[in-house]
Amino acid sequence: MTDAPAPLQQKKDRAMRRTMFACVGVVATMTGAAFAAVPLYELFCKVTGFGGTPRIAESEASRVADRVFTVRFDANVAPGLPWKFEPETPSVDVRAGETITVFYKIRNTSSSESVGIANFNVQPNQIGGWFNKLQCFCFNELTLKPGETMDAPVVFFVDPEIVKERELERVRTITLSYTFFPAKGHPKPLAEAKTGRSEAPEL
Amino acid sequence: MAHAATAHEAHHDHPTGWRRWVLSTNHKDIGTMYLIFGIVAGLIGGALSIAMRLELQEPGLQYFTNPQTYNVFVTGHGLIMVFFVVMPALIGGFGNWFVPIMIGAPDMAFPRMNNVSFWLLPAAFGLLLISMFVEGAPGSTGFGGGWTVYPPLSTSGHPGPALDFGILALHIAGASSILGAINFITTILNMRAPGMTIHRMPLFAWAMLVTAFLLLLSLPVLAGAITMLLTDRNFGTTFFDPAGGGDPVLYQHLFWFFGHPEVYIMILPAFGIVSHIISTFSKKPVFGYLGMAYAMVAIGAVGFVVWAHHMYTAGLSLKTQQYFVFATMVIAVPTGVKIFSWIATMWGGSMRFTSPMIWAIGFIFLFTVGGVTGVVLANAGIDRQLHNTYYVVAHFHYVLSLGAVFAIFAAWYYWFPKITGYVFSEFLAKLHFWIAFIGANVLFFPMHFSGLAGMPRHYVDYPDAFAGWNRISSIGSYIFAFGLLVFFYGCWQAFSRKQAAGENPWGAGATTLEWTLSSPPPYHQFETLPRITGSEH
Repeated sequence: MTDAPAPLQQKKDRAMRRTMFACVGVVATMTGAAFAAVPLYELFCKVTGFGGTPRIAESEASRVADRVFTVRFDANVAPGLPWKFEPETPSVDVRAGETITVFYKIRNTSSSESVGIANFNVQPNQIGGWFNKLQCFCFNELTLKPGETMDAPVVFFVDPEIVKERELERVRTITLSYTFFPAKGHPKPLAEAKTGRSEAPEL
Repeated sequence: MAHAATAHEAHHDHPTGWRRWVLSTNHKDIGTMYLIFGIVAGLIGGALSIAMRLELQEPGLQYFTNPQTYNVFVTGHGLIMVFFVVMPALIGGFGNWFVPIMIGAPDMAFPRMNNVSFWLLPAAFGLLLISMFVEGAPGSTGFGGGWTVYPPLSTSGHPGPALDFGILALHIAGASSILGAINFITTILNMRAPGMTIHRMPLFAWAMLVTAFLLLLSLPVLAGAITMLLTDRNFGTTFFDPAGGGDPVLYQHLFWFFGHPEVYIMILPAFGIVSHIISTFSKKPVFGYLGMAYAMVAIGAVGFVVWAHHMYTAGLSLKTQQYFVFATMVIAVPTGVKIFSWIATMWGGSMRFTSPMIWAIGFIFLFTVGGVTGVVLANAGIDRQLHNTYYVVAHFHYVLSLGAVFAIFAAWYYWFPKITGYVFSEFLAKLHFWIAFIGANVLFFPMHFSGLAGMPRHYVDYPDAFAGWNRISSIGSYIFAFGLLVFFYGCWQAFSRKQAAGENPWGAGATTLEWTLSSPPPYHQFETLPRITGSEH
């Protein structure tokens, strides 16, 4: 290397530096992409209903289709939250397109105030894109005083377009599942406020 | 060329003693250190696997009083073999040694950075070993959640600091590999000898170039994912915690976006090495050179869009599964191009069954077996049945333990005379091959049967019904381990009898540049750059 003429060597050094910086750029981009995947994944789930993420609708369905689904309600409380949480009725039969309101009973069984937030999911996973919620207690954090009981509503409908989806033609039963978690941190750290589901989603 | 290269050696600084190694900027010395490191780490990782096989030889608990310790062994074995054995040996070891020589370069582009790449690795390995001895899950030491480190087991199941040590170990090993990858890319793109166009470059250099790009694109994603794990564990973030709106499945996507290219990172250098060995001992240029080179590029590229075939049971829609099944099977096409080209290289060649050659042929056979079970597992429907069974364990050990590791030994026997200047006993190298070949097959082939019968992975114990094949697997592992004794004896014998190898012990078929240098090569080669005229891959 040392015997290469100086200008040639300089040119080579520049080329090597360019390659190296390009590589460093790739590494930085991919690291950024890994973190960008977090909000993008959540957005992707919300938009497509991927992984059983129910959609959030603003208006009711325009028509009612013939197909009937049994919607089962599943209620769970994560360890660490002293709440009792159950649906008023274990299941309802709904026609696709029909808007339904159901209530869950939530009770704080402890002697201190606590804050919880529900996470939600529908099964089978693929139904997420067709299961629409108009209103849900799960959109916000809930604060319950000691012994307080609350009737929490969920308003939903199954998109009537589902009848056109071949992949889902054998689905008869949909399970809507909630799990209440103790809400993390008050006030919430910045990073969490961005990705948490506590704010009303804009979709 | 070789004589011209040695002539000026005296002018250069040639440090001795500990400074030669610790402060080394010489690609050959660093390559040697990588190889020794890989062997040492391989012994530790191998010892963990023998402990596992001892335990699994009979149903019931024999040696592990705490079943979680077994899980820690499984995790340690996986991480050590991937990050501290196969990668250092193939990429750091043989890559450092032979990429600069093969492309006619005096050294790597950034020799000082090369030193940093290597010395980060023992630090990372140290952290990983410490991780095994500090509190992990309650009442046990070490992390036992497998090399994939899935949450929530990794976030809420292991409150002790073991996994934090593990994550930092992976961070440092990843930094080491990324620096190495930048070095390889810069070297290969800028420092080829005059006339060494990219399409005349030896296939091992091609393999390393593709591997380096895969490392560059995939490792930062792993680093990001495990950083999120680290902050989830220690700083209250909820990237993967549903309680705060996170999703553990996101971790699986991020991990496998790294994890799938990672398996090609481990096998592509092996492809390059095997191409040279097959060509050398068939006394023919490799069949379909360009097809071979671009097959590796294709494998690397497609390798980035198939990751969710590791996640068929994680709740993907039918259409998503269809895509991933199809994309995964597409990889069999460039892989087939490579396998058939190796066979076509041998076809009509003047073949010599030397020890590197039988290791390379063994590689082709065993890798193909692993590839075939890979195509089986690519089917989402079949995978539903086989997910997390021993069938999967058999599959990835056929491509990695019997594929990548056989290629490491093939490369070892092929380049040992070049690296050390001494001849390795052909008899012992072949004896090692047959012991390893029989041992590895006795070890891993029965796992297909255990897996098809439904035996799940990652358990310290199993129902009596699985006892038969497990006993046979364990015996196979002891046979393979015995083969390593032959290997070490062979190394000792070669160093003690000091039979000089000469420039090119393999004869006319060995056409790449390393065979034009003395054995071992001069401390600084190619003071006058070689000129490459014909195509001689």
